[in-house]
Amino acid sequence: MASTTSKPHTEETVYVYEAPVRLWHWINALAILVLCLSGYLIGKPLPAIGGEAYDHFMFGKIRFAHFVAGQILVVGFVFRFYWAFVGNAHAREIFHVPLTRPSYWKEIWHEIKWYAMMEKSPKKYTGHNPLARISMHILFVWGIVFMILTGFALYGEGEGPGVIHTLFTSWVIPLFGQSQDVHTWHHMGMWVIVIFVIVHIYAAVREDIMSRQSIISSMFSGWRTFKDDGSSD
Amino acid sequence: MGWGAPPARCSFSRMFPGFGTPFAELSGIGTAHFDTDAGKVSRMAIETFYDVMRRQGITRRSFNKFCSLTAAALGLSPAHAQDIRNAMETKPRIPVLWLHGLECTCCSESFIRSAHPLAKDVILSMISLDYDDTIMAAAGEQAEAIIAETIEKYDGNFILAVEGNPPLNQEGMSCIIGGRPFLEQLKHAADHCKAIISWGSCASWGCVQAARPNPTQATPVHKVPGLADKPIIKVPGCPPIAEVMTGVISYILTFERFPELDNQGRPKMFYSQRIHDKCYRRPHFDAGQFVEEFDDEGARKGYCLYKVGCKGPTTYNACSTVRWNGGLSFPIQAGHGCIGCSEDGFWDKGSFYERLSDIQGFGIEADADQIGGTAAAAVGAGVIAHAAASAVKRARSGSSSASADTTTTHEDA
Repeated sequence: MASTTSKPHTEETVYVYEAPVRLWHWINALAILVLCLSGYLIGKPLPAIGGEAYDHFMFGKIRFAHFVAGQILVVGFVFRFYWAFVGNAHAREIFHVPLTRPSYWKEIWHEIKWYAMMEKSPKKYTGHNPLARISMHILFVWGIVFMILTGFALYGEGEGPGVIHTLFTSWVIPLFGQSQDVHTWHHMGMWVIVIFVIVHIYAAVREDIMSRQSIISSMFSGWRTFKDDGSSD
Repeated sequence: MGWGAPPARCSFSRMFPGFGTPFAELSGIGTAHFDTDAGKVSRMAIETFYDVMRRQGITRRSFNKFCSLTAAALGLSPAHAQDIRNAMETKPRIPVLWLHGLECTCCSESFIRSAHPLAKDVILSMISLDYDDTIMAAAGEQAEAIIAETIEKYDGNFILAVEGNPPLNQEGMSCIIGGRPFLEQLKHAADHCKAIISWGSCASWGCVQAARPNPTQATPVHKVPGLADKPIIKVPGCPPIAEVMTGVISYILTFERFPELDNQGRPKMFYSQRIHDKCYRRPHFDAGQFVEEFDDEGARKGYCLYKVGCKGPTTYNACSTVRWNGGLSFPIQAGHGCIGCSEDGFWDKGSFYERLSDIQGFGIEADADQIGGTAAAAVGAGVIAHAAASAVKRARSGSSSASADTTTTHEDA
């Protein structure tokens, strides 16, 4: 396999990320950036502003940014989930992981070895590689679901009795014990997302350089190009 | 009789029908009163609240004021003042057993300081407080006899007010009342009561004696194993606000049922909003004006106490509206953050003066930023190391393939 890639080869390209998925990806990324920054500042506010209260609305603006970005993220996530049903097969990858298929676990193991530099070459994947797929499923999908549930629960506290309070706050807070615990775990959830972002960006850059397919440009163009025309193994 | 019928099993919604005709049925049954001098129990025909108030020298005018103010305190429309007046004039007083477990008596101390709308003598007249060992005249065996008598006489009809909670370890030996574990006394009384009021954070959540590591296994009332399945209303706080306590009693008395409870068993009328939502310092919060230290300029200007650990944003209670000591002040008004005393496990969330809670279970005490930040830093370091290793690998394979000259591996492609 892949022993003569310096020779000219036909570049196979596959359309993977449909336009709505790409658009969602970048809006979502921006929302997460705003959410992490504003959320961190809500937990650890900036040095106090002096003067009179009626001259300022700084903390209110930070919270507003957090709420707006949160609502955008939720709408995006709901849309993305919907797209898993109507989009192409790749749109389903992060939502559904074939955990019961032994070959899937073998491929994860292969991918782990590739990252542990024990494997000389990676396999070719049109969509996400198996390790990326399970990481996104656990850290991102469930991480975001957790953040949405706890986030709405906290938002409902300020809203008071109403739809959001009934749908989220009324059961999430007793589930955690009390409001302070929900705040604490929502804050911890941010760090899980931060860790995901670090790994995600690093892996995307590394794969873009070292794997056999395009990664970063695919999320702009939607097309995945393969750098060699060897077999997929 | 409706009041004597077995109470609805546990469900709050089903409890209300059980309260349908309760108190009127008690009329004609004698009730116990304590003589002021000797703790002897005398009998007299059951009195209405109004009778008792008038006997204590309260004028009709004051009584009407009291009814209006109580209606207002309960968040009812003015028309309900008439309901309260009717209830006071016609209904016999509710027999109440007030038991004390592991506690500090701060609930009782708060209760007797209910200033307005209810003067303490008035509120003590509203209920027939048959037993409360900290404020009753009777003591010793005479006092204990009252419990037995009340349970016997009002079997299934009295309200059990619990202040404090029972420790379960060592068969409850850490709290002995009258020679027996409080646990037994509580279970016995619960078997025969109509409903239970959990006064304060001890009875509601566990409070300080249940803080980690909780050596006596102090357990809030609703979690006591083997306790009879009775409706429980939680009135948390350490202590609860006096007017909240008397308000809850007034409501039960007037409407013959519990007030509407949230799904944690607290009356919504007092516990559905956070301190934060009605805090008079809230504009400073929204402006971003915080007290950084207790002696700084912000503290003098009355800025928001969020950064010095105020738990107002996570505490459900009525302090910022009802306030304390007759509406005089409350902790935030006095310049100290809320410590969240009406919330479950408030002793175990780390310092009262830190914004972020400690997260238990990591061996050491650390907050979300310390744990999350450390994890993110570790991952970041791992990523950098991995990137370096990848670069080395890539450089090596590049140089080896260059020397081999015949092939390049696809990694270089």
